[in-house]
Amino acid sequence: MTNYVMDLINRSMGGGRVLSENEEPPKPSRNGNKAVEFAEPGIHPAVRPARKESIALSGVFRSYANSRGSFTPALQNIDLEIEQGEFVCIVGPSGCGKSTLLHLLAGLDRPTTGEVTVDGSPVTGPGTDRILLFQELGLFPWLTVRQNVEFGLKMAGVSKLERRDRARVFLRMVHLSHFEDHYIHQLSGGMKQRVALARSLALGPKILLMDEPFAALDAQTRDMLHDELERIWKETSPTIVFVTHNVREAVRLGDRVLLMSFRPGRIKTQFQIDLRRPRHVEDSDVAYLSKEILGQLREEIDRSFNAEYSREEKR
Amino acid sequence: MKKSVNQIVFAAGAMVIWEALALAKFWPPYLFPTPQGVAQSLYEGFKDHSLWIGIGVSLRRVVIGYVISVVLGILLGMVLASNKFLEDTLGRVILSLQSLPSACWVPLALLWFGLSETAIIFVTITGSLLAVTQSTKAGFDNVPRILSMAGRNLGAKGPQMFWHVLLPASLPYLLDGLRQGWAFAWRSLITGEMIYISLGLGQLLMTGRDLNDINLVVAVMALIALLGYIVDGIVFRKLDASIRHKWGMAAAVSS
Repeated sequence: MTNYVMDLINRSMGGGRVLSENEEPPKPSRNGNKAVEFAEPGIHPAVRPARKESIALSGVFRSYANSRGSFTPALQNIDLEIEQGEFVCIVGPSGCGKSTLLHLLAGLDRPTTGEVTVDGSPVTGPGTDRILLFQELGLFPWLTVRQNVEFGLKMAGVSKLERRDRARVFLRMVHLSHFEDHYIHQLSGGMKQRVALARSLALGPKILLMDEPFAALDAQTRDMLHDELERIWKETSPTIVFVTHNVREAVRLGDRVLLMSFRPGRIKTQFQIDLRRPRHVEDSDVAYLSKEILGQLREEIDRSFNAEYSREEKR
Repeated sequence: MKKSVNQIVFAAGAMVIWEALALAKFWPPYLFPTPQGVAQSLYEGFKDHSLWIGIGVSLRRVVIGYVISVVLGILLGMVLASNKFLEDTLGRVILSLQSLPSACWVPLALLWFGLSETAIIFVTITGSLLAVTQSTKAGFDNVPRILSMAGRNLGAKGPQMFWHVLLPASLPYLLDGLRQGWAFAWRSLITGEMIYISLGLGQLLMTGRDLNDINLVVAVMALIALLGYIVDGIVFRKLDASIRHKWGMAAAVSS
């Protein structure tokens, strides 16, 4: 019911809308504020994506052995479809399994049960069609900026000359042409972030997985990188799954925002963001939608605090 | 600039004090070397080629022993880092063996290999192998997980992971071990060379003792220290500086 109210509010704003928990997402539209019919919870409208489906998770569970010898569920019952070229943002409190979800997609981790497929084939390990941008970046300190960008190509056996040319294309794209011979420690935080982006893009991945990539940056740098990321997304049109705890960032960037619940992580609510692009993080539409999502996120954060608090009480 | 001035002043001062002590004749001349005596020994040694031969023979041995130590040590360190069972068992044995000075290995080397080149190289290896092993293990253990994940994510597989991610990522640790291993190899070599008429610098030391020639003993000791220092300066300090530059670590205390 609350979803319905929120949906009405959102529709009256002409912005995004709330999708109920199990509802399939409608076809995302990059511009325009198309009003989409609301579906009653529990009813599954046969909305088929117009574009080709890229990522699908069905019945995915992931749990980890804990120190007490039992299992802590990290992800529970994740059913999710992401279309080719879609920009999906995932928000949720710390410990909701956002990063785990990305690791599953990247093939760096396996689901306990359930299946992750990309373009119809199950994910069994890492692959260069899916590149994960880690929050800590994981740039190689012994390599120069250009060698970092070339790394994946080198592993793939691309010739030296071609590697260099391609690295330069992507370094230009992220405006780092003048820094190709620098070592990583000589760069600022935002520049490092762009190196990591260029390194990921150089492999021409169909899917770009980003784990809170801009969390450690100042607001101005983040703003600029949002613009750059949006531009690059338009130019190279990969599918992007972007994890963040910053709701505004999610609304500013995403075609769709998924809100995850606190442990065990489930997809609690999906929001379709139909705001016109390019957007800005300070836009009033973005702010309004963010507020809605933030309200729900707060509940989850409270739950996570309560869980932590009660655990400490027990000690 | 200031540093080299300091060093020159220190060296000159040390020579003056040494000369003064020698002239004061607190100790009989067969117990206390003089600067002239040591210089004379060095001059004669180089002139009759015995020192050149000693240096050549010793360097050849230390290089062979060291290279074997490095290859085996890196392999062993990798195995220990990747296998918990071996780490808990063999790893502990290696830790305890590390406290044995290389002189302890001499009897074993003699029984196994007799008075031979192999025995000397064996003793050299006992000195440096474990240091390299330990530091390789520490290096691989300390490769940040994020770097190996990034490597896998960017398509590095099997040997590529080793050559392009794990090895360079553990290089700062590894280099410490390689450097220490070099110093240990050099020390153990001299121990090994004292076993028999082996032509090396260690044997020249023993010759000095046999002839009661304190000047020769000190001359060879100085030469051994100098050679170790030069190699450290040429090879390891350069490598260290280059790694520190790339990684952005605090500059090493430069020479």
